[in-house]
Amino acid sequence: MNVLVCVKRVPETGATIILTEDQQNIDTRNLGFAVSPHEECAVEEAVRLVEEYGGSSTVLTLGEADATEQLRDALALGVDRAVLLETDGSEWDPRATGQAIAKAIQLQREQGFEFDVLLFGNEAADSGGYQVGVRVAHALDMPCVTGIKGLELKDNTALAKRETDSGWEVFEVSIPAVFTIKEGINLPRYPSLPGRLKAKKKPIEQVEPQGEVGGLEKVRLRTLPTQVSEVDILGTGPETASKVVTLLKELRLL
Amino acid sequence: MLLTLLEHNQGKLNAVSLETLTLAHNLAADLSDSLEALVVGEEASTLVDQLSAYGVTKMHLIQDDGLKDYAPEAIAHSIVQVMDTLSPEAVFASGTDRGNEILAHVAAITDLSMAANCVEVQPGESYQVIRVRWGGSLLEEAKLTDSPKLLTIAPNMIESSPAVDSATCELAIFKPTLDEKMFRVRVTERIEKASDKVSLAEARVVIGGGRGVGSAEGFALLDELADLLGGAVGGSRVATNLGWRPHSDQIGQTGTRIAPDLYIACGISGAIQHMVGCKGAKHILVINEDSEAPILERADYAVLGDLHEIVPALIDGLKKEEAG
Ligand SMILES: Cc1cc2nc3c(=O)[nH]c(=O)nc-3n(C[C@H](O)[C@H](O)[C@H](O)COP(=O)(O)OP(=O)(O)OC[C@H]3O[C@@H](n4cnc5c(N)ncnc54)[C@H](O)[C@@H]3O)c2cc1C
Ligand SMILES: Nc1ncnc2c1ncn2[C@@H]1O[C@H](COP(=O)(O)O)[C@@H](O)[C@H]1O
Repeated sequence: MNVLVCVKRVPETGATIILTEDQQNIDTRNLGFAVSPHEECAVEEAVRLVEEYGGSSTVLTLGEADATEQLRDALALGVDRAVLLETDGSEWDPRATGQAIAKAIQLQREQGFEFDVLLFGNEAADSGGYQVGVRVAHALDMPCVTGIKGLELKDNTALAKRETDSGWEVFEVSIPAVFTIKEGINLPRYPSLPGRLKAKKKPIEQVEPQGEVGGLEKVRLRTLPTQVSEVDILGTGPETASKVVTLLKELRLL
Repeated sequence: MLLTLLEHNQGKLNAVSLETLTLAHNLAADLSDSLEALVVGEEASTLVDQLSAYGVTKMHLIQDDGLKDYAPEAIAHSIVQVMDTLSPEAVFASGTDRGNEILAHVAAITDLSMAANCVEVQPGESYQVIRVRWGGSLLEEAKLTDSPKLLTIAPNMIESSPAVDSATCELAIFKPTLDEKMFRVRVTERIEKASDKVSLAEARVVIGGGRGVGSAEGFALLDELADLLGGAVGGSRVATNLGWRPHSDQIGQTGTRIAPDLYIACGISGAIQHMVGCKGAKHILVINEDSEAPILERADYAVLGDLHEIVPALIDGLKKEEAG
């Protein structure tokens, strides 16, 4: 069982988003970086699948050289191999990203690495294109189930579960297959110290990304008008409880 | 011609579909072009009247025995076949799980670009769109150059309204040519959730807990408060990530979006990814020990101090109130 998981490096924004002057990016001077919670869960799922069924796991990202940090984070959690498709940091649209990832997977295949399960986030945290996994599935002629919160494998089939308003939908597909993950499928582990040390020494494979950018071009980013509200401080400490009861009555919630 | 994929529940359009139709009929009016709709499922034939009011001139009902249950790839292939016959200028869907999924398949099959979760669309050779990023906390102006245009419309961002000029909607049956492989992804089983609790998304009062709650046990207080108010309990990602609550209770960008009359946020700092999930809350009451917590800027009311003292006092107060 070989599993591939794709992650994207994004800034960890706090309570407000500040843009660069040219409005092209988020000002990241004081920010750390992470991957989407969906992708954290996809990494965890990859590690669990290999723990259960054997084989190996590979993490892949398309991004600037600094994205190595996110690859090492995944290695620290138990992923076996890492592949970087290095860009100059400019944004690749989802179509180009999908092309580059599919090409890299074909290249891995030529080098003898076949993947049975390909995991993506349901959507990237920043650009939210909702499509890269589906595009890669089509490029490689594999079935794709999106937004799953449950995955079970049996021989050559997978049962993928998706949550709806009223319950669960189950999709039975044959593998190899692509799955896009939603947070909640599992509770990701924390990296261990030995895991971190091991991750530092692991090699990062480099692949030249190939994809034609265009079709959907970012012009500029805009922050939303912040609705700063005038907060009414009712008071301090437990003595304020009676005021809250009064408020609940005013709001007709009692 | 503009084409809109519509989602419905047993022949009833959902609110999000009406929002998508609103954006599409406004655009069709700007372009002096016609608007047609695409639906799947026999029950949809009753929709024509409602669609007339939204300016739709023709509803294409995709008919295939295999489509009795949800099969995204087969639906996408059907849409591509409709596109081949009708050559629409643009195809719209709602930015829901299914809308985004189906249109992504269409985009992959046709190798066209797709803009997800748009809130504004200016037509032209290339479309100028405004779409949401970061789950709704940032906007992006973008250019969609490929043709035909593929777009999904962000849910809950547009107020739906019928078209100024209503139309007479005609029903047309479309029988796609689908092979077995196109059904390789389809729902094979459904499991219904039985729940007697008020759902987080629909509750009138939501009590949210974050890192400040301190432990899974700490949430017992919030549960008790919610019971007294007939509300539901949710949490921040810290609370779900530490295993204090299941992920299904998470409020925010990668969790549930809430829209209560009152959201009581206890021990939550107000990160943008959390707050984007509470945009629909009419009022926010914060209980936090930090008078500088960013969430205060988004709150209507606040009680400062330790939630472990304030919440029990509030529970007592409510119990006394109940006892008369
Ligand atoms: C792509 C992405 C998606 C995300 N999606 C989500 C999401 O869906 N939902 C979500 O919630 N987060 C999400 N996050 C995480 C988010 O950025 C924050 O990390 C998280 O919301 C912080 O949770 P918190 O407010 O509970 O914790 P903290 O930020 O640590 O805040 C704790 C607060 O509790 C107060 N406090 C502490 N002790 C007490 C006490 N005894 N009494 C009263 N107050 C006390 C403190 O003053 C502080 O304000 C996401 C992050 C990323 C990068
Ligand atoms: N630059 C990237 N590098 C690696 N994986 C990516 C990249 N962009 C997107 N993905 C993957 O595709 C998923 C969906 O992205 P998107 O379609 O852009 O919302 C993400 O959650 C990632 O798993």
